[in-house]
Amino acid sequence: MDRVRVTTQRLFPFGTIFLILILLATLPLYVQPYLVILLTTILMYVIITVSWTIFSGPTRYISLASAAFFGVGVYTSALLGKAFPLPVVIVAGSLFSFILALCIGLLTLRLRGMYFIIFTFSITELMRHFLLWWETTMTGTVGRWVVIVDHTVVYYVMLVIFVLVLLAAHLIRHSRFGLALRSIGEQEEAATHIGINATLVKTITFAISAFFMGATGAIMATKWKYIDPKIAFDPLLSFMPVLMAIFGGTGQLFGPVFGAAVFAYLEEVLTTKFPYYYMLLFGSILIVVILFLPHGMVGLVQNLRKRGVKRQNANP
Amino acid sequence: MFSTILDVVIGGLIMGGIYALIAVGLGLQYGVGRVLNVSHGEFIMIGAFATWSLYTLLGISPLLSLVICGPVLFMIGFLIHRTLFQYLRDQSESIGAFADSSLLASFGLLFIIQNVALLIWKADIRGYSYLDSSISIFDAIFAVNRLVALLFAVVISSVFYIFLTRTRLGKAIRAAAEDPVTAQVMGVNIHRVLAICFGLGALMAGFAGPLISMIYEIQPTMGLEYTIIAIIVVVLGGLGSITGSLIGGFILGLIGSIVTYFDAGLSLVAYYVIFILLLLIRPTGILGK
Repeated sequence: MDRVRVTTQRLFPFGTIFLILILLATLPLYVQPYLVILLTTILMYVIITVSWTIFSGPTRYISLASAAFFGVGVYTSALLGKAFPLPVVIVAGSLFSFILALCIGLLTLRLRGMYFIIFTFSITELMRHFLLWWETTMTGTVGRWVVIVDHTVVYYVMLVIFVLVLLAAHLIRHSRFGLALRSIGEQEEAATHIGINATLVKTITFAISAFFMGATGAIMATKWKYIDPKIAFDPLLSFMPVLMAIFGGTGQLFGPVFGAAVFAYLEEVLTTKFPYYYMLLFGSILIVVILFLPHGMVGLVQNLRKRGVKRQNANP
Repeated sequence: MFSTILDVVIGGLIMGGIYALIAVGLGLQYGVGRVLNVSHGEFIMIGAFATWSLYTLLGISPLLSLVICGPVLFMIGFLIHRTLFQYLRDQSESIGAFADSSLLASFGLLFIIQNVALLIWKADIRGYSYLDSSISIFDAIFAVNRLVALLFAVVISSVFYIFLTRTRLGKAIRAAAEDPVTAQVMGVNIHRVLAICFGLGALMAGFAGPLISMIYEIQPTMGLEYTIIAIIVVVLGGLGSITGSLIGGFILGLIGSIVTYFDAGLSLVAYYVIFILLLLIRPTGILGK
């Protein structure tokens, strides 16, 4: 029982989260625009990583389709941005991603492990290459211009999505639904035997996680101004959330948030200071994290804590 | 008409021979060692660029580079498995967990190798001409280097197939693929065999790289495309089936050649469509159990 309490103990109490949110909400009033733009990018990675973890964390199905859902949002923004107001565009982007994820989820019922990983990756690449072919041969232009939105608006939209994704992740984690997801991750056959409709649970969760990625893509497109299939469906955006979540640790809600924030900041610094070595460093960090931090930074902190507790018990 | 068909078919066989070669290597790494090595294409790229450098700087024949690149990449692959993947395998709770973590680790390798190559060779597209005189077969004209590449791909795959089925080490490898624990009980040094398998996969990449550089343009970011083709071929042929990979390679090469004849921009799209349909309809592949 004690051990359970140690692992589920929150690293941050509710009050602290509230304070951080207020700080984030008032930030554009007293900092430089550069910082707001940086924070927008960091929030983007955090949202994608948290929504990736909603599905892939408990079920242990590693999805490499994040870029596909993000890209659908980006293209919704590019196609509908001129005709509709921003909120409609964002909701449309999320819904299209949601529907795409439902379709992929229903199709991939039989696939597990490696097959699922490769399948999700192929879907993303298929969409990218098809779109590239379509745009060059059918419409004649590779890229598209997106309606520009003020960067503070982008920031606030991002913040709202961030709060929503955290809420969704928290609610799913602490509901019977989340329990069902975890039991699927532990052993799918057993979960099915105790009456969990594994297919339904997996598909819906997959779609929920895609919903937020679509929303992020839709708002991010307005910040980029110009998009093409290579930018919208960048495969790196499929790998980043996996790495960030593993780096932070998927055992806690705080893990992916922390992992993504640290990584996104690092990316920003590394790409400006060492543009040629950035991906090299990225690869090295990836390997080091997998070798030495299988449970992420949060897992490391917990291990140290547990050790501390044991030591206290040993020397009364 | 006839010459067009011959052109498409021979073109498909040439692509297919190279696909078969790289797929056999990847299939061995995944089928025996459970490492889905997404950096496989980077080993091919290293082979291709080493050949290009040796030919343009020192004038060493690409066919000679074949003999240099293969063994060197074998050693690199062997050492990478001995250090990185063996450690991961020992740490993992289950073979499934190892498959996931090794996949992520090989993504790390991909980024490292690709960016080291970008630093050394820059992002330019490279190429050289070697044996580019042409001969005509029934009115269809072929460059000699393509036919030589096809010949070498077929010879290397055949020798490799015989090695796996006839030699003692080949049998140990196949035993480890069937059941690693029992193989160990029967006296197979599993760590060594797995590292050799990974090395052999890199060896195949080291053979494919020089052949590819002889007939296609190369650039440091070309690796992932070949990795994906290798994965598609391995799934097409059936995981763990060497014969399946060889047949699958030629099938995909022919399909690619036919699609390219109509619209070159759609060949990758066609591969992905085939692959996705395959995963949905028959994930065990044509020769899978």
